[in-house]
Amino acid sequence: MNVELVRVATTVNGTRHEREVEPRLLLADFIRHELGLTGTHVGCEHGVCGACTILVDGVPMRACLMFAVQANGRALETVEGLAPERDRLHPLQEAFRDAHGLQCGFCTPGILMTMKAFLDENANPGEAEIREALSGNLCRCTGYQHIVDAVKLAAERAR
Amino acid sequence: MTTRQFGASVKRNEDARLLAGRAQFVDDVKLPGILHAAFVRSPHAHARIVAIDVTAALARDGVVAVYTAEDLGDYWRPGPVIVPPPPVEGALFNERTQVPLAKGKARHVGEPVALVIATSRYIAEDAAADVTVEWDPLPVAGDLEPAAAPGAPRVHEDLPDNVAARVRQSKGDYAAAATRAHRTVKRRFAYDHGCAQPMETRGVVAQWDAGAERLTVWDTTQAPIAIRNGLAAMLGLSERQVRVVAPFIGGGFGPKIMLFYPDEVLIPWAALKLGRPVKWIEDRAEHFFATTHERGQIHDAEIVLDRDGRILGVKDVFLHDTGAYDPYGLTVPINSQCTLLGPYVIPNYDSTFTAVFTNKPIVTPYRGAGRQHGVFVIERLLDIAARELDIDRAEIRRRNLIPPDAFPYDNQIIYQDFTRLGYDSGDYAPMLAKALDMIGYERFLREEQPRLRAQGKRVGIGVVCYVEGTGIGPYEGAKVQVQTSGTVSLLTGIGTQGQGHFTSFAQIVADQVGVAVSDVEVITGDTDQFYWGAGTFASRGAVVAGNAVNEAALAVRKKILRVASEHFECAEADLVIEDGAVSIAGVPGRRIKLGELAVQANPMRGAVAPGTEPGLEATRYFGPESGATAAGVHAMIVEVDPETMIPSIQKYVVVHDCGTVINPMIVAGQVLGGVAQGIGNAFYEQLAFDAEGQLLNATLADYLLPTALDVPRIELGHTVTPSPLNPLGIKGVGEAGAIPVGPLFAQALEDALELPAKGRELNEIPLSPCRLWELAGSPG
Repeated sequence: MNVELVRVATTVNGTRHEREVEPRLLLADFIRHELGLTGTHVGCEHGVCGACTILVDGVPMRACLMFAVQANGRALETVEGLAPERDRLHPLQEAFRDAHGLQCGFCTPGILMTMKAFLDENANPGEAEIREALSGNLCRCTGYQHIVDAVKLAAERAR
Repeated sequence: MTTRQFGASVKRNEDARLLAGRAQFVDDVKLPGILHAAFVRSPHAHARIVAIDVTAALARDGVVAVYTAEDLGDYWRPGPVIVPPPPVEGALFNERTQVPLAKGKARHVGEPVALVIATSRYIAEDAAADVTVEWDPLPVAGDLEPAAAPGAPRVHEDLPDNVAARVRQSKGDYAAAATRAHRTVKRRFAYDHGCAQPMETRGVVAQWDAGAERLTVWDTTQAPIAIRNGLAAMLGLSERQVRVVAPFIGGGFGPKIMLFYPDEVLIPWAALKLGRPVKWIEDRAEHFFATTHERGQIHDAEIVLDRDGRILGVKDVFLHDTGAYDPYGLTVPINSQCTLLGPYVIPNYDSTFTAVFTNKPIVTPYRGAGRQHGVFVIERLLDIAARELDIDRAEIRRRNLIPPDAFPYDNQIIYQDFTRLGYDSGDYAPMLAKALDMIGYERFLREEQPRLRAQGKRVGIGVVCYVEGTGIGPYEGAKVQVQTSGTVSLLTGIGTQGQGHFTSFAQIVADQVGVAVSDVEVITGDTDQFYWGAGTFASRGAVVAGNAVNEAALAVRKKILRVASEHFECAEADLVIEDGAVSIAGVPGRRIKLGELAVQANPMRGAVAPGTEPGLEATRYFGPESGATAAGVHAMIVEVDPETMIPSIQKYVVVHDCGTVINPMIVAGQVLGGVAQGIGNAFYEQLAFDAEGQLLNATLADYLLPTALDVPRIELGHTVTPSPLNPLGIKGVGEAGAIPVGPLFAQALEDALELPAKGRELNEIPLSPCRLWELAGSPG
């Protein structure tokens, strides 16, 4: 069976990548296995859990619900692009560490990307707004409370 | 003097890697030439396999191999019993464990029938769809009660019926106690299936290095050492030829120990056979069938009380759904049987359970591991008894609590760890009082509830108590070593699934060895690094491994002092270890860094005194004589919308006693996460099977995990009664939050909807808006 490959050119965390891929290749698999950026996690492959959330042209999207070819010409951001350098975390990541906003850490990359976009839009959110924004991401370890605290802390520190 | 790290909310060592996306999970393992696996699974709950045709699959480009049970030869054999039945007199246990690939017939939906290996996951899944299986469907033993009835379709045809186990345990004389009863309450309670759903599904990667003759397996397991031992035995390798790595694991909660899942048996075998690395990552749809479930039980229970509401005795007869196989022995139903006794004085107890095979996925422990059911039964019985005796719900509990001078308390029956069920220490009444105070119990009932009800609001309150047996044996070990860099390594066999072992264990070491927590490098879950251990389960990590870590760190401290006293030619008593160095008290300038001392402790030439061990290193093991008993009280105020039957939690408090606390921040996280799972279990999560054993809601869009909008802010209170069973005084905390939420929901919702006045009760879990509507009758 010969499948025609399609060219994908995309920018991920500021770096340009070009690959020839099968049209059916999921964006999540492209990012993880073609580009080797395994910080983006796959939790459900049906768009519910939010673990694979990345930013596509600045907007949070589920990498498991997109094909790689749909990212052609777009700028993607993944968790690997958050920290400015290896030994320095992004303030949002720092707040997650300080507030114990993660346990196993599997859902965390998707939550960080979702909350980054949220805080970019709403710099001064209340708890109800944070919970609403967080409600599309599932976490099975924390009970969310410390995640909410972490997002609040990050917002406070940014003021 | 440096600050003591033990007991402080130290930030976690592991977080930077996890937050930056650098932490390696099993699916992140990348190997050259890796092949990918997919399984063909049974679409039927119970069906005979007439024929399997793999020719089309094999013909597909990129397919390397397709295996069925026939291809496995002698390697095909049922798995071991993970936990043999405890020595209860007269106990019946029929061992029927899971097989690598179904042979002859499939016993539950999703049971694997064939394994496909291909050059990509996409091709492997295509080829799995190419495999055709001719099925002859059989009558299904689906629901628990019909499956237990005479004449039911048999899951294992070599047995006369579907009885997997039957165990009776008793203390005192229930029948005699019943004759003295002022009041008897008798009810049926049901607790339906749910599952753990860690955000990371399971997965296995295996690589055979033919040159080194070594097998490496990355596995999402909670018990890498047991997997190593078992794989070596099955594959005819020595244990030293097999390395099992449980790297970062994305949540476990129990089902990630199975010893062995079919995939854990097959993927390493395929890697050896093909001479190429093989990866299998479970997808979420598979997870609903390929990973174990929990919960299904039906209890017929009665309680007898005196005039003052003091418990004279409890009798309970229950059915436990073990699914198609019973590899976990009696662990779950024994926990239900034991944990029913709770924090209460129950002088007479008579409990019999029958575990039943059904054509459903396998039931093994999930966070709480059967304790939920026992707590549900006793708490509901007390609620109903309180009402019938016209005693306040909190008061009837207070009257029955085990008094502080009764510890150690002997419950006289056998627990899951084969020892007599005893409570090591506790002081329950202050916990109850604290929880009632925090929730504002009196004021709510006296002022707020009448006021809110007058406004038409459906508000209710609940309060429940529980104990949790934690920290059971047999043992764990730890190796502490000062490295020449001055950092300290800590190796232990126990793996981590998010509990913060990289930090809490490091805190113990930091205090003993005088270094910063961030200078302790904790390595867990790699059998090449630490050989011995049992695994992460039963809220035992901090208790059992934590104490082993403490012993090893103490031994290293002694070595440091001895070597330093030789170096300085002074008495050990004059030495101070802090900030990564040893100095002589009161003598400025006389100081040596631990790294330099480690170099000195490993001489490369010359002679040493007989008996000298090199390095600043020690390995120690710890095994408690029995488990430590944690306890807690949860209380909740809830409002229910009578039209949608959707509850809104107004206030939720937890008062918890897990003995001495290593890291309060991590303990809080454990409790909060447990409550969230408990809320899911109580109201959102139910595995809905039809009578044919088909699971009707096998997606996360249909099986609803609680979101940030469903879990309220939770207030925590702590009390501390240290465990006398281990030097650090620790009790486990991993499961506590999840255990009592079911009866709390039932009690508070009943109160909110004033169901008792309508003669209605909530005697089943999980509830849901629909089910609550049905059970509550008309909303009026």
